[in-house]
Amino acid sequence: MKRRKIDLAKLPGQTATELDDRFQLATPLRRLFNKVFPDHWSFLLGEIALYSFIVLLLTGTFLTLFFDPSMQEVKYNGVYTPLKGIEMSRAYETSLNLSFEVRGGLVMRQMHHWAALLFMAAIVVHMFRIFFTGAFRKPRETNWMIGFLLFWIGFVEGFAGYSLPDDALSGTGLRIANAIMQSIPVVGSWASFALFGAEFPGHDILPRLYILHVLLIPAVILALIAVHMGLLVKQKHTQWPGAGRTEHNVVGVRMFPGFAAKGGGFFMLVFGVTALLSGLFQINPIWLFGPYKAAVVSAASQPDWYVGFLDGSTRLMPPWEPRFHIFGHGYTLPPLFWPTVVLPGILTNLGLLYPFIERRFMKDKAHHNLLQRPRDNPVRTSLGAMSIAFYMVLLISGGNDVIADKFHISLNAMTWAGRIGVLLLPPLAYWITYRLALGLQQHDREVLAHGVETGIIRRTPDGRFYEVHQPLGRTDDHGHAELPYGGWTVPKKMNKIGALLPGLKGFFFPIESKPEPNGERRPAEERKEITAGKR
Amino acid sequence: MSTDVEKETLDVDDPELSRFDLVREGARRDGVEIVHYEPRFPVPGTREEKRVERTIALFFAITGLAALVFVVAYCVWPADYKPGYNINKWFTPVLGASLGLALLGIGLGVLTWAKKLLPEEVSVQDRHDGGSPGDEKKLTGATIVNMVDETGIKRRPMLKVALGLGLAPVGLAAVVPLGALLTNPHKNGDPLMHTGFDPAANGGRPVRLMHEDGTLVRPEHISVGGQITAFPAIPGGNTNKYADSPTLLIHLRDADGEEMRANTDNKAPWNRGSYWQNYVAYSKICTHAGCPASLYEQQTNRLLCPCHQSQFHITDNARPVFGPATRSLSMLPISVDDEGYFVATGDFRQPIGPGFWERP
Repeated sequence: MKRRKIDLAKLPGQTATELDDRFQLATPLRRLFNKVFPDHWSFLLGEIALYSFIVLLLTGTFLTLFFDPSMQEVKYNGVYTPLKGIEMSRAYETSLNLSFEVRGGLVMRQMHHWAALLFMAAIVVHMFRIFFTGAFRKPRETNWMIGFLLFWIGFVEGFAGYSLPDDALSGTGLRIANAIMQSIPVVGSWASFALFGAEFPGHDILPRLYILHVLLIPAVILALIAVHMGLLVKQKHTQWPGAGRTEHNVVGVRMFPGFAAKGGGFFMLVFGVTALLSGLFQINPIWLFGPYKAAVVSAASQPDWYVGFLDGSTRLMPPWEPRFHIFGHGYTLPPLFWPTVVLPGILTNLGLLYPFIERRFMKDKAHHNLLQRPRDNPVRTSLGAMSIAFYMVLLISGGNDVIADKFHISLNAMTWAGRIGVLLLPPLAYWITYRLALGLQQHDREVLAHGVETGIIRRTPDGRFYEVHQPLGRTDDHGHAELPYGGWTVPKKMNKIGALLPGLKGFFFPIESKPEPNGERRPAEERKEITAGKR
Repeated sequence: MSTDVEKETLDVDDPELSRFDLVREGARRDGVEIVHYEPRFPVPGTREEKRVERTIALFFAITGLAALVFVVAYCVWPADYKPGYNINKWFTPVLGASLGLALLGIGLGVLTWAKKLLPEEVSVQDRHDGGSPGDEKKLTGATIVNMVDETGIKRRPMLKVALGLGLAPVGLAAVVPLGALLTNPHKNGDPLMHTGFDPAANGGRPVRLMHEDGTLVRPEHISVGGQITAFPAIPGGNTNKYADSPTLLIHLRDADGEEMRANTDNKAPWNRGSYWQNYVAYSKICTHAGCPASLYEQQTNRLLCPCHQSQFHITDNARPVFGPATRSLSMLPISVDDEGYFVATGDFRQPIGPGFWERP
């Protein structure tokens, strides 16, 4: 019998043929490889969120192997001596075991927590990019809404996550969440009992949060991310205006090899930074907080950063509580309802609907694939700055006790500053941003018309001084150029238009052979003309 | 660099074609024009290219080393918790740092590779925005309308009704099981209105106060101007089962005690007689969001809740004086029984803790 030889060199080709025979892969695969992605650093912000979500899935799966969300009371008998013999829930005990007894458990826990913080931060910064550049405009409204929802779902997921260890901090957070639910008119106490299963804390809340945290919400996030990415591929990336870029094309690099390599490398960077953080910077040291006891709280117990702004709004709320008497029974509308239910409700709806609101007010029905620089749409940019100012006042107020303590300011003064600031600063931010945007616009137009400032002062024979400008295009008799604004950076410094030689390269010592300036720079005459007069 | 577009499709079997011609043709058929494609190092093997190669190799070497450190540390580094400063405390930092370095090495290596070695490229892809072509819309529209028409639902009203009536209960049936979550908050002793101090739940006997460790509270346990957290002296009274019951028992100085008694008698008739001498007991659960309002400032007789900074005036019925809280902390009626122990003569007079809709 003759042995069949496997020709290794031909194996990949053969496999490919076999696969294609069955799945007809050639065309769709090549189409995918050839997909063009525009290149700009700000397009990578959303990727950070995606990558930290992958880190969350990986580390979270590890944690589930050792965590038990049971609220059954046990006596701690682990290796962490300071808590020995103390009554605590099984959830807290297993969280301690994860931190002290499972090998590498603490690294995983801290990586999970850091990745969650990074996930939310990346979502927010990515949202800024989308908002300020107008990337949410038609046809991308759906993706804006999905992204916006992802923030809130991530918020709930994060809250559920840091409630699970059942330490003093998370228990206090849950108690506040319970009070927030109770504050909803008519159905409040029913809603709270439905979630907690009994009067706070009951025995059901952690197991319920657990299944939400590890299955239901991640599944929803995953599905939404899939749709988000699918729409991105279908509708293609937006791009900045520039040479050769139009509303009807995408200019950049193809997915393979360029974009995929950069994306993969970037993923490893995000993953690596999370790992470094988890090893070198402590986060949520639950063993220092102790188990949750209803009677115990410590000062400066802050939630994770993305919850902070609601903490702030709650602190700033004046003590208003309408009470009603209907049919011989009294009813209460607690003050917690406004800053923690109504405010997020308004913010969510305004945010979700913003693309449509802007469309209506700007009467803009067109498709947009080219981005706008923030300065070119002053109203939108100022609205964004206004929202950020509002948010920042709330976020700072969420930590006003810490600030008051560290800087020796009266706590009541901090609260009042927040109450006034939250009303005053947003309009101020709007006005300042609006002026800034107009000023920047004007400067762009000025440089296009008059040229770049050279820093060279010339004295005319009759004694007048003026600064020499380097025109950016052909000029008329008065030295004015008629250049249209292209919606992208206007060079404003001489070295941006190649008037200076490239700087020396090399980290420790200069690399002697200077790279030849490529392209069509016109150094000699140009420089001579500018510096002409005296040498 | 070439921008001239050749319209006719290439004969891909032409042996004259280079591989890049095929790549370009493939891209073209996908609506992508590669307008600029230039190797970073046109002359292979220059010093500069070697330098880049060495850099990338270095990154991967770092990765390999760091990953090795991670694996070895994970397996052998002593990690058990020991109090004090010791090498075990370095377990987590070593793991995190080595893993981080390993991953950063891969990331930087791949990125350097992509940026310095892969050819410089500019490609342009066409976009097809703005809905499907007119024909397509028309054909699909007709298909859908036909589909609906074929079912005949429009001219068979009975089926329409039957479908509606038949499916609605199915929808309900899918939702109703969630009703298992519902618990009437006002059944089983109406827990929102009562705490562990309720004598009714203690067989009608008044409930004594106890410390967190379970010992009963006597007046001499609290120094003048001091305060303790007291719990109902019932089984589990100091656990989270009675999360609504922690109570702040305060021993006021004489002058403050007098002020407190006057304020109680004059301003809050419902609290009359709830205090015992200079001792007064308030629910520790903040009426705002339910955190324990536990920071007691002796000098000003204020109680601060650390969660949202509501402040309560101790000698004035624990009235809220600053912050978002709207209601006073409830006062627990206390006395001292024959054996000299503090006892709650009844439950709190109002529901304690954060407000809710049906709170009277």
